[in-house]
Amino acid sequence: MTTRARVLIRPKAGILDPQGVAVEQALPALGFSGAANVHVGRLVELDIEDPSQLKSMCEKLLANPLIEDYEILDAS
Amino acid sequence: MRFGVIRFPGSCDEVDAVLACERVPGASAQLLWHGDADLHGVDAVVVPGGFSYGDYLRVGAIARFSPVMESVIRFSQEGGIVLGICNGFQVLCEAGLLPGALLPNVDRRFICRQVNVEVAQATMPFTADCAAGELLSIPVKHTTGRYYAPAEMLEGLEADGQVVLRYAHDGNPNGSSNDIAGVRNAAGNVFGLMPHPEHAVDPLTGSDDGLKIFTSMAHAHG
Repeated sequence: MTTRARVLIRPKAGILDPQGVAVEQALPALGFSGAANVHVGRLVELDIEDPSQLKSMCEKLLANPLIEDYEILDAS
Repeated sequence: MRFGVIRFPGSCDEVDAVLACERVPGASAQLLWHGDADLHGVDAVVVPGGFSYGDYLRVGAIARFSPVMESVIRFSQEGGIVLGICNGFQVLCEAGLLPGALLPNVDRRFICRQVNVEVAQATMPFTADCAAGELLSIPVKHTTGRYYAPAEMLEGLEADGQVVLRYAHDGNPNGSSNDIAGVRNAAGNVFGLMPHPEHAVDPLTGSDDGLKIFTSMAHAHG
């Protein structure tokens, strides 16, 4: 029996995110104005037998707690 | 003196690293396969540049858990000398053997150029053959080379003399904190740097300044 889980990983607040800056600068070129503070993270989706392992998984591999925040979105 | 140079899937500078080690008088070098936990009795380990495991997830994140790295961690805890170059530096940070992390370059570009780095510490196993303040001409080539450590950690590194190399003359190519190009661990036996000393070992290619890192390691070994 497995559960579908999603983990959202973001660059930590206050650390420059060049990818977010690039996207932010590209938007006006396409006519989208008024977008600011763009940050790009990543989403990890997985089927997991024991969702209680997710936190440890995040700490050890999925995120680097020094530079990234993670959020376990759902594990239902 | 026998160097061991790790080869991960996706490594690309391991052969140059072996050739650099072999330029040290009296030294030999061999490749160490990532899936083999046996370090084969080498006296020092070099974690080379490249794109280990495709750099998937985060640079160095998956390589850090390879069988050979578990042995490298034990080797370093016993005082073994470990050098990480570029991707190797990233792997050592992910493994917790070095403080901090490497982030994407501030200008988002891949950079490939010769830089001058200043030797901030000339007393440890990796830079004993340099003079303090000496400039080394060594190439960098990376996309993810912006050294980062939280403010408190950074202060500690500076206070303890763990910053070994800095980009010189406002030549910081990637936005690294405090112009840091290379750091060591608290014990001093693990060192990581973004520039590639193994690509600067022959005057024919512009500089042999990088060789001093490898000769220093050999002298430290005795």
